[in-house]
Amino acid sequence: MAERITVFSTVDDARAKGFLRTLTGLFPKTKLTGVHIAAAYTVDAKLSAANLKTAAKHFTNPTTEAYALGTIPVPPGAAFTVEIGFLPGVTDNVGRTAQETIEDATGYVFKEGEAVYSSLVLFFSGALSQKEAEAMSQELFNPLIERATVVPARTGIPVTVPKVRLHEEQRADEVNLDISDEALTAIGKSGIADKDGTRRGPLALSLESMKVIQKYFRGLGRNPRDIEIESLAQTWSEHCKHTIFADPLDEVREGIYRKYIKGATEKIRKQKGKKDFCVSVFKDNSGGIAFDEQYLVTHKVETHNSPSALDPFGGAITGIVGVNRDCLGFGMGAKPIANVYGFCVADPVDTTKLYRDKQKQQPLLPSRRILEGVVKGINHGGNQSGIPTPLGFVAVDSRYRGKPLVFAGTVGLIPRALKGRKLYTKKAQAGDYVVMAGGRVGLDGIHGATFSSESLSSGSPATAVQIGDPITQKKMSDAIVREARDSGLYSSITDNGAGGISCSVAEMAKECGGCIVDIEKVPLKYPGLSPWQIWISESQERMTLAVPKKNWKTLKKIFDRHDVEATVIGTFTDSDRCVVRYKGRKIMDIDMDFLHDGRPVGVQKSRKPVRSHTEPTKASRSKPLGAVLHELLARPNIASTSFISSQYDHEVQGSSVTKPLQGRGRVGVDAGVIQPVHGSQKGVVLSHGFAPWYSDVDTYAMAACSIDTAVRNAVCAGASLEYLAILDNFCWSSSNTPERLYELKRAAEAVYDTAVAYGTPYISGKDSMFNDFRGYTAKGEAIHIAAPPTLLISAIGVVDDASVAQTVDFKMPGDRIYLLGDTDDELGASEYFSLLSGVGRAVPQVHAKKNARLYTALARAIRAGHPASVTPVGRGGVAAALAKSAIGGQLGARVNLRKIPGKAKSADSILFSESQGRVLATVRPGEEQKFERLFKGLSFTCIGDVTDTGTLRVDVPGERIDEPVARLTESHRSTFKNWQV
Amino acid sequence: MKPHALIFSGYGLNTEDETKSAFEKAGGTADVVHINDVIARPKILTQAHIVVFPGGFSYGDDTGSGKAYGNRVTQHLGEHLEKFLSRDTLMLGVCNGFQIITSAGILPGALIANDNARYTCRWVDVEVQNDSPWLRGITEMSVPIAHGEGKYYAPEKVFTELKAQNGVALRYVEGETAKYFNQPANPNGSMENIAGITGYGGRCLGLMPHPERAVRFTELPHWTYLREEYVRDGADVPKDGPGLTMFKNAVEYFS
Repeated sequence: MAERITVFSTVDDARAKGFLRTLTGLFPKTKLTGVHIAAAYTVDAKLSAANLKTAAKHFTNPTTEAYALGTIPVPPGAAFTVEIGFLPGVTDNVGRTAQETIEDATGYVFKEGEAVYSSLVLFFSGALSQKEAEAMSQELFNPLIERATVVPARTGIPVTVPKVRLHEEQRADEVNLDISDEALTAIGKSGIADKDGTRRGPLALSLESMKVIQKYFRGLGRNPRDIEIESLAQTWSEHCKHTIFADPLDEVREGIYRKYIKGATEKIRKQKGKKDFCVSVFKDNSGGIAFDEQYLVTHKVETHNSPSALDPFGGAITGIVGVNRDCLGFGMGAKPIANVYGFCVADPVDTTKLYRDKQKQQPLLPSRRILEGVVKGINHGGNQSGIPTPLGFVAVDSRYRGKPLVFAGTVGLIPRALKGRKLYTKKAQAGDYVVMAGGRVGLDGIHGATFSSESLSSGSPATAVQIGDPITQKKMSDAIVREARDSGLYSSITDNGAGGISCSVAEMAKECGGCIVDIEKVPLKYPGLSPWQIWISESQERMTLAVPKKNWKTLKKIFDRHDVEATVIGTFTDSDRCVVRYKGRKIMDIDMDFLHDGRPVGVQKSRKPVRSHTEPTKASRSKPLGAVLHELLARPNIASTSFISSQYDHEVQGSSVTKPLQGRGRVGVDAGVIQPVHGSQKGVVLSHGFAPWYSDVDTYAMAACSIDTAVRNAVCAGASLEYLAILDNFCWSSSNTPERLYELKRAAEAVYDTAVAYGTPYISGKDSMFNDFRGYTAKGEAIHIAAPPTLLISAIGVVDDASVAQTVDFKMPGDRIYLLGDTDDELGASEYFSLLSGVGRAVPQVHAKKNARLYTALARAIRAGHPASVTPVGRGGVAAALAKSAIGGQLGARVNLRKIPGKAKSADSILFSESQGRVLATVRPGEEQKFERLFKGLSFTCIGDVTDTGTLRVDVPGERIDEPVARLTESHRSTFKNWQV
Repeated sequence: MKPHALIFSGYGLNTEDETKSAFEKAGGTADVVHINDVIARPKILTQAHIVVFPGGFSYGDDTGSGKAYGNRVTQHLGEHLEKFLSRDTLMLGVCNGFQIITSAGILPGALIANDNARYTCRWVDVEVQNDSPWLRGITEMSVPIAHGEGKYYAPEKVFTELKAQNGVALRYVEGETAKYFNQPANPNGSMENIAGITGYGGRCLGLMPHPERAVRFTELPHWTYLREEYVRDGADVPKDGPGLTMFKNAVEYFS
């Protein structure tokens, strides 16, 4: 019999008021007058009454809270009670902590199947109907992972125990492959059929792949078991093998990854010679470059798009906590020292209703809730892990409505060597134990988000959506980075991400030549999982280690002391085979070669797409420029998202140098500087660049601009081209069409050309190739939304002295303002044209060689301390950049743009063209000559002065903008004002 | 012998390293020790001059910030910490550490959800209110906060008692950074603008702001602006941040 403990506040509760604010904001006409909240803990364990009381006391802060056992006390005036709890199988972090608290306080040990489940109870006051109360609760929970019960306050809320009950037989089924091509296709597409004919979920194996598998097992003279096919599907997946980047595309026989990405890095490293700073690139979970004699810094950026579309909070938190493990999984384990994020979403005011099914039973979450959810996910994941978040962005386009892009990245720090061992290399040895450490395994993430709960018995769905658990991971991270790594007790380590242990163990087994795993030894969250499910489950917070037998006891003790579960689940071998046993019986036995390299190589052909865009008319380009500037500053692509930066801890670890919000006016920026090693002046500069809008016209330009922007943002903050590395994240859509492949190839060419011109090597990358949504409109019509081809470039540079860093805010009246670089007539796919509802054709072109000279000069000027502020010119052109610096400094400026270098001649083009390679810098009076000398032979103009007049005055041909900075500030902050802290 | 600080860790605390560096920079020594190791060998508390519960997110703030860790402290180390404080020692609870030591009953009152109901990271200015050894020579300083539950609350009786004992140590004021960024002085709705309190005659300090994240000049939120002022005045650009004084005070207390 489960018992419920409810804890409620006895003092004014800001969280309850927060709910009231949110709900009255969403339902302006509501008669809701008050919200009270309480935390409920449903204890499903045989606890004595005395122990239950002790537990309740421990959940209660007597100064501000009280508790109740049994019936939930209803506050006076409440009309409805709402309980929001998790569905069975969803990670319940609060419940887990509550269980630990009870065990610690009472000494009671929870038995298998016993648990504590947390839920949130809300009480609504006011003259509401049941329908209204239900509509409000809809805004507060996500039906994919949570349940809500809404009852009139006088009725009690029944006790719900969301326990997972699985009734399937746990065994490894043989799968008959002696079947027709149609039947093979069906398995590859929809999964292995269970006895009742339902299929287990997509394997994404082509008929060609299925035939290769069929042939392999025919050769062995037996049928495969389910676990073997599932395992091959994971290992051969696009997600794991990056087939589109690896396989030949047209004349590029070696594939675009080898030719353009790896090829660029190889060429750059060769050119750099002794100045090459790359140490471990493309081969590990993150890319690693030299920081100083003693340390390396690592970086990796991931995407978590599909899960974030379904459960934005869970998707984003899993994304960030997941990429933290790519850092822990670098070499022998790097310490996460910074997180970065990026959200590509639809405008949150977009209220178009979309459905995943024709019957309109499965609505997509509104775009506002997607943004809210992903913001909250990174908040919880990053803040709870104690990793600073110095940098991030929001990009908006209506085509991110189907699937948002959620980027999450982690920078790490690792000593190069310890006691003569290089910590950035690793090799599992035959004979080492296979050890799984961290969280337990459930049905989380099996077959990704396509997994449906129907294959479980009715009434006990376990969900496929995962929710990260930052504290379990933090404990594991501490155990590894603070102790285990430096004790030299393991020979290899990697993280469990996509494909779970099926991928991590098989990947590590490559280092020694094989493995044998006893799958029943894997600790489970709840009983009833079949071997194949345990093998491919993507349950979070787990690392796999290779541990020499003699070290196991010592290592286990370290994990025990940190309260981290670690279990021997098998042994690494040199048998050239990947073997899995279930209760002693062999259920998987595949050649390592076949497992890793048996995949048939695809042939990809591209075709140039025909796209035509018209130029906006002269009439549409006649808006008053001052008004346009206000509008631009308020557009979500440029508007202040300070509500995000200020809820992400960027001070933790004591490494912050430049902030995500800069100047008196706290403007958001696209680069950040940290000083990660206490006692060392060296800094790490991080930045990003993206330009998906240009893909409408030309993906070569899009990719080149993304790189140029990232490089420029980094240099403006204090980095130099000589010590700057970059990471690529391709997010494409419809990547099986020849047109998109053509666009991919063009982007890849730019990726090569531009990086080589700047000498910035790629050190890591990732791709997500099917950001498509296929669903239905409110009218029931089929709709396909394809995300615009997006390339996120993340830059990481090292500087000798972090205190040379620069910020974007104007500093002092009287400072001279310089515009560096050429302004051409490049308004194609600009924010300005988008505001005019046009696209145009002239997207910005990157003149990398010329820009490289400018950036080198700028880096020198910054190192010499000449500029007082430096602002990259980006989205919204020079007008937006001037406005941002003015808002940042809360200072005015007097600027003349009538005669500036470049081909832009019309007033709007000069102001809003997004030509690359441009920077605004202010210089102290008296320093002009020294500054200008560095830019000899390059494009630069002194365009005016910083003033204390409080207005931004800009002269352009035939017109003058004259806008108070206070009003510009207001416009810039208007869009997300109600989201503000 | 240099004064020695023992810094608790484990279960999601995360500010240990910068706290350790701050003590070392101030001339002391410090060890980061997992709470389970302290529980296993509570004797190590007798070798410490200073005990720190640093910032972090112990148990993910699940069931309430500082509660679960506070329970663990009381459960297993209550007596030992009492003994520690009965000597002429210093104790510091920063942010989550402050929440932990109030939850464990070492300091009175509680920290509850910010008025904005959201985790907030920004800089604040605090004014020193009493003569705690931690705060000697400081009148006002700018320091960052990063918390979701930092609003100090105490029932009237407790609060009167606290004031009577001169236990109010730090209050949020509209100082340098609040003025610079045009932000409200009190970031969380804290009772009477309280940012920190002391017990044990000022030796035990709990505060929401993070002095250990303000030990470098270049940690200040407006240092690139201040740099311009210094350079134009022909003055040297400082190296240290305002928070360092607190750690120096602690080290000096024992010498």
